[in-house]
Amino acid sequence: MAATIQGIGATAYSVNSDRFQLPSLRSFSESKGRFFALRSEGKVIGGSRGRNVSPLVTNAVAAKGESATASTSAKPGFNVLFLLRHEVLLFEALREGLDEEMMRDPSVCVMGEDVGHYGGSYKVTKGLAEKYGDLRVLDTPIAENSFTGMGIGAAMTGLRPVIEGMNMGFLLLAFNQISNNCGMLHYTSGGQFKIPVVIRGPGGVGRQLGAEHSQRLESYFQSIPGIQMVACSTPYNAKGLMKAAIRCENPVILFEHVLLYNLKERIPDEEYVLSLEEAEMVRPGEHVTILTYSRMRYHVMQAAKTLVNKGYDPEVIDIRSLKPFDLYTIGNSVKKTHRVLIVEECMRTGGIGASLTAAITENFHDYLDAPIVCLSSQDVPTPYAGTLEEWTVVQPAQIVTAVEQLCK
Amino acid sequence: MALSHVATASRSQLLNPLTILLSSSLRRPISTDTTPITVETSVPFTGHKCEPPSRTVETNPQELLTFFKDMALMRRMEIAADSLYKAKLIRGFCHLYDGQEAVAVGMEAALTQKDCIITAYRDHCIFLGRGGTLLESFAELMGRQDGCSRGKGGSMHFYKKEGGFYGGHGIVGAQVPLGCGLAFAQKYSKDENVTFALYGDGAANQGQLFEALNMVALWDLPAILVCENNHYGMGTAEWRAAKSPAYYKRGDYVPGLKVDGMDALAVKRACKFAKEHALKNGPIILEMDTYRYHGHSMSDPGSTYRTRDEITGIRQERDPIERIRKLILAHDLATEKELKDIEKEARKDVDEAIAKAKESPMPDPSELFTNIYVKDCGLEGHRLMGKGSS
Repeated sequence: MAATIQGIGATAYSVNSDRFQLPSLRSFSESKGRFFALRSEGKVIGGSRGRNVSPLVTNAVAAKGESATASTSAKPGFNVLFLLRHEVLLFEALREGLDEEMMRDPSVCVMGEDVGHYGGSYKVTKGLAEKYGDLRVLDTPIAENSFTGMGIGAAMTGLRPVIEGMNMGFLLLAFNQISNNCGMLHYTSGGQFKIPVVIRGPGGVGRQLGAEHSQRLESYFQSIPGIQMVACSTPYNAKGLMKAAIRCENPVILFEHVLLYNLKERIPDEEYVLSLEEAEMVRPGEHVTILTYSRMRYHVMQAAKTLVNKGYDPEVIDIRSLKPFDLYTIGNSVKKTHRVLIVEECMRTGGIGASLTAAITENFHDYLDAPIVCLSSQDVPTPYAGTLEEWTVVQPAQIVTAVEQLCK
Repeated sequence: MALSHVATASRSQLLNPLTILLSSSLRRPISTDTTPITVETSVPFTGHKCEPPSRTVETNPQELLTFFKDMALMRRMEIAADSLYKAKLIRGFCHLYDGQEAVAVGMEAALTQKDCIITAYRDHCIFLGRGGTLLESFAELMGRQDGCSRGKGGSMHFYKKEGGFYGGHGIVGAQVPLGCGLAFAQKYSKDENVTFALYGDGAANQGQLFEALNMVALWDLPAILVCENNHYGMGTAEWRAAKSPAYYKRGDYVPGLKVDGMDALAVKRACKFAKEHALKNGPIILEMDTYRYHGHSMSDPGSTYRTRDEITGIRQERDPIERIRKLILAHDLATEKELKDIEKEARKDVDEAIAKAKESPMPDPSELFTNIYVKDCGLEGHRLMGKGSS
């Protein structure tokens, strides 16, 4: 599959404004007027709290070297500044988000293996150590359990650490800290302590990385009470979710994917933060709701092309928020299409899809015309051989077949 | 101090009933006398890669009487908790600290509330030392609303944010990396305070301890790791679990100090020394040689792996409260009766707190869902997964 998918998210934006009159605006209540949150479709809302859109500190992004002039003409009522964009790769978008937050709030710091001098094994933190120093961008020894614990302890005093797992799979070593201390301390202390950490790192099946380096931890972490989980999939939502996760008072686990770091997209110059609890409408449709996240979004969109040619009209939603689910957006979609297909990279057993199936069935079974179909990875350790590895994850052809079956 | 004795003596020569009435209704104030008294610790300190401090400790009547009062209160609280547990008002796990009180009071004497303390599950007395109240303590043990964690934490999860007490943790050893983080935050904000991370001899064998040790030493974090060595990891004696029970030496490149944990003044001296060391030269390990009279928890009789003779022996020779009592009497700072009155006062305070805690209501059912996420934080307005379709 292509390593760079040019603006696949951007071209699918819908400009249907009545979609945006959502009560979920109340989820922006924490903004305190300091930033405005956007629906992923790119429309600005909630910005009018008596304040104009705040000017971005442009020197952080202007260095990207892209032309600053708007590529599309301004429509009346549209914010011109918002149309200024620059092209980034996904890992650069993550870095921009991190950098902006570190500039904005001195209590934000980064810790992890090789994040400092090396610049991060996937270059997400490149240049940050030079800018902010060795304490704020801390190179840790290879001790996931204790440096995760350290980040959590620091958060108890008010710091906002961003803890990087070089590969999500390594965080299994820190499971005790994440489950018991990160997730539960706010509760067991009766609300005395908050743990505003962000735990992030790449996971998912890569290119023949072997079983231990191809893990999907979202299925293990999903039952931990007290944490939020989000998965980014485009440079646009990567930056927005990174910023939102850092600003969130709850602990957030941000799932990145090894194969998506080099995706290219033009993102706004203007500062923006996305909502952690909202799903993203990738492609509206009528016939079937396809729910997906992370890398599988691209397999779904590939399948969608085929499906459209065959006359189907799938609605594709990138759920983004893995905990909690955005049942509002998902529910609206189910009420419209009455058929649901979930495409995920988790294993079949106990995966995100399993929980999502249960949640949709419990809440919207009246609206379903067919049982929910869930396509997941096989319940096997990811093999090394390329062909075998391909068969462990869901491929576009399988998605097409599933939709055809579902819509019979 | 001599004055008070004269007063008592003269009073007792007058009307006896009046004396009894007066002395029982007068709350004996803790002496505010701060004239220094020099005392030697029970045993000298043993150092590892550091020059141990001298055995001579300076104290004063006020401090000694405060130690006595505080330790008496702690002892009373733990004994009362024992009874409450047997009466099934406290459930689950209850790990009692009686015998180890000297560590809690000695440490408090050397620190401020800006310094951080974090410990494992044997946390009731440390909580008290950090400013927690008896009511909060008993209410939490009984799972009531007025508990320090609103009844949702229990015995192993006492916290006091304003007092710099970070808990209260159930998983053995997991609090040490957290303590590392507290020290990291102190270094980050450059505020000249230190963190005391407590753990037991059982936890000393945890890998995360060595990971944390490496990090605090690497980055010179102001952390003091305190091993409360009560010689038993639940039912396993230290020599059966550790190849090297010299826990103060386990830091290898990190200096260590072995302290008699039953001597509150030695503990105070060591903690002061450690705080200075941590702020100047980096982390240090303190091994407190202490003892717990109860078993590991209320589910453990504590007698299957150690002899009753051992327990009574320690109680007779090394009990922390007795040591301070003897010191006070030897220096004539108070009479036996006055000390007994203090203990009676402690008993009264504890009984009152228990009565009040019993009146505290159970948490409201809605409390099941509060404090999972931070309040008013976007997520609260959002429908949580699986909470119903309507």
